[in-house]
Amino acid sequence: MGSSSIKKRYLTQHMAMAILVAAVFLVVAPIIFILVYMIANGYSSLSWEFLTQPPSQAGRAGGIFPAIIGTVFLMLGTIIFSLPVGVMAGVYLTEYARNNWITRLINMAIINLAGVPSIVFGLFGLAVFVLTLNLGMSLIAASLTLSAQALAMTITTSRESIMAVPREYREGALAIGVSKWQTIRHIVLPSASPGILTGAILAMSRAAGETAPILVVGATFLTPGLPSSPFDRFMALPYHLYTVSAHVPGMPADVKWGVAIVLIVMVLFFNIVVALIRMKTRKR
Amino acid sequence: MNMNSIFKSSTDDNSRQADSGNASSKLRMQHMNLYYGSFHAVKDITLQVNTSSITAIIGPSGCGKSSMLRVFNRMNDLIPGASVDGLVEFDGINIYEPGVDVVELRKRIGMVFQKPNPFPMSIYDNVAFGPRRHGIRNRRALDEIVEKSLMQAALWDEVKDKLGQSGLSISGGQQQRLCIARVLAVEPEVILMDEPCSALDPIATLKIEDLMRTLSETYTIVIVTHNMQQAARVSDMTAFLMVDDGHSGVLVEYGPTSEVFTNPRDKRTEDYITGRFG
Repeated sequence: MGSSSIKKRYLTQHMAMAILVAAVFLVVAPIIFILVYMIANGYSSLSWEFLTQPPSQAGRAGGIFPAIIGTVFLMLGTIIFSLPVGVMAGVYLTEYARNNWITRLINMAIINLAGVPSIVFGLFGLAVFVLTLNLGMSLIAASLTLSAQALAMTITTSRESIMAVPREYREGALAIGVSKWQTIRHIVLPSASPGILTGAILAMSRAAGETAPILVVGATFLTPGLPSSPFDRFMALPYHLYTVSAHVPGMPADVKWGVAIVLIVMVLFFNIVVALIRMKTRKR
Repeated sequence: MNMNSIFKSSTDDNSRQADSGNASSKLRMQHMNLYYGSFHAVKDITLQVNTSSITAIIGPSGCGKSSMLRVFNRMNDLIPGASVDGLVEFDGINIYEPGVDVVELRKRIGMVFQKPNPFPMSIYDNVAFGPRRHGIRNRRALDEIVEKSLMQAALWDEVKDKLGQSGLSISGGQQQRLCIARVLAVEPEVILMDEPCSALDPIATLKIEDLMRTLSETYTIVIVTHNMQQAARVSDMTAFLMVDDGHSGVLVEYGPTSEVFTNPRDKRTEDYITGRFG
């Protein structure tokens, strides 16, 4: 047992460490690069006017206010439609559905729903909400389309949060003659709500960044004003970003990056809210 | 209290009532078998539990004590594949008969668990939880129930100044008494206790035991315990369970605690209580 074998082991350890650190760096570096590059190139376009004014000259001047509002509406619409359905489906699947092949098939379908390309959801929305339900190219059709896409996530997180509620809580309630529904309503759902909310907000912030689905169900590059009803067409940040980047000649570069910054900040904001909810519930 | 209210509908309850056996028998099992799927968990149990008494169920780990206890309030219904045959009576009514309202049954036969399981809400809300779900909304009435239940559970003096605090913030022994208060608040007739002291220190254990003695004046208590001294200290009747060759739980001996512990009829009981196995 010479000291050389120990040296060799240390060497292996150092090498392993170096590889792991490099891997972490590879993950983090692009994110930092994107953020820095984006801010460096786009900060000059940011101004109060940029955030509060409608665009002019096909987006080359003015602001992006209608697109911000459109995206906020889309997020609200997504959470309004997908959260209740997601929670109810989650409750049914965890508390009531029997463990048989139908349930397993449904669970598999939900998992696969998350893997469906977003443009396919767009076409689905066009066929079902825009044409069949005759909602037209509209804010509500787009919200429903994004909700359909968000469902995979809200159902999955609801189910997981509900399953994570300790069995002892349920038993404690059932053992004093509280009905199953009362137990779900007053014990299970309150305990699961931070997790459910987290999933819903994440789904919502993901919906905020979707471009492809809304492209076919009602997003528009320029609207005369803000949507005045759910049946109006609307502007949205990701679609606006796509158009100003790809279709408007002579677009100042800092405006494109400015749109990207606003979108990223909105999404980051909601991710931070999620992180805070998680931290708070972990402490409890 | 309406003796027949565990039925969903109240038709011809009186005829059902008529053939009940011994008047002082609160709970009764006759040739009760419990299965989990194809596994015969508890085999052919016959015993009866008297009103206002403490009955202890003792036996080595895995002999089906807790399973048997959960037959009385149909808690095993929650386990997929669990089934019961034979007769299980509460006040002379077969609780496995179709038409029995399990929710109402569990209201009248409350249960305390091995691990204290207060809900993640305030002490007050924990105790008021049952009454609220059963329709009591009046604040004054709830206040009274909460105070009375906590007093009965010998916890009032320790928590009366912090009723708004989380039920999880108090000590383990206090949490277990809170769980007992939670059960008392719905005014059951029977309290089932599944190793209620196994997670507690000796002082907290003694407090719970004192409490059980007091409660047994009004309530019928059935307790599962690992602790033979505890069974000897608190119970009036003792049931000794063991596994047979097929790993099913069987009732080896059932009788007054003093007899079971000082003069057991069965050799296996004697071996167990003298510590030769278990």
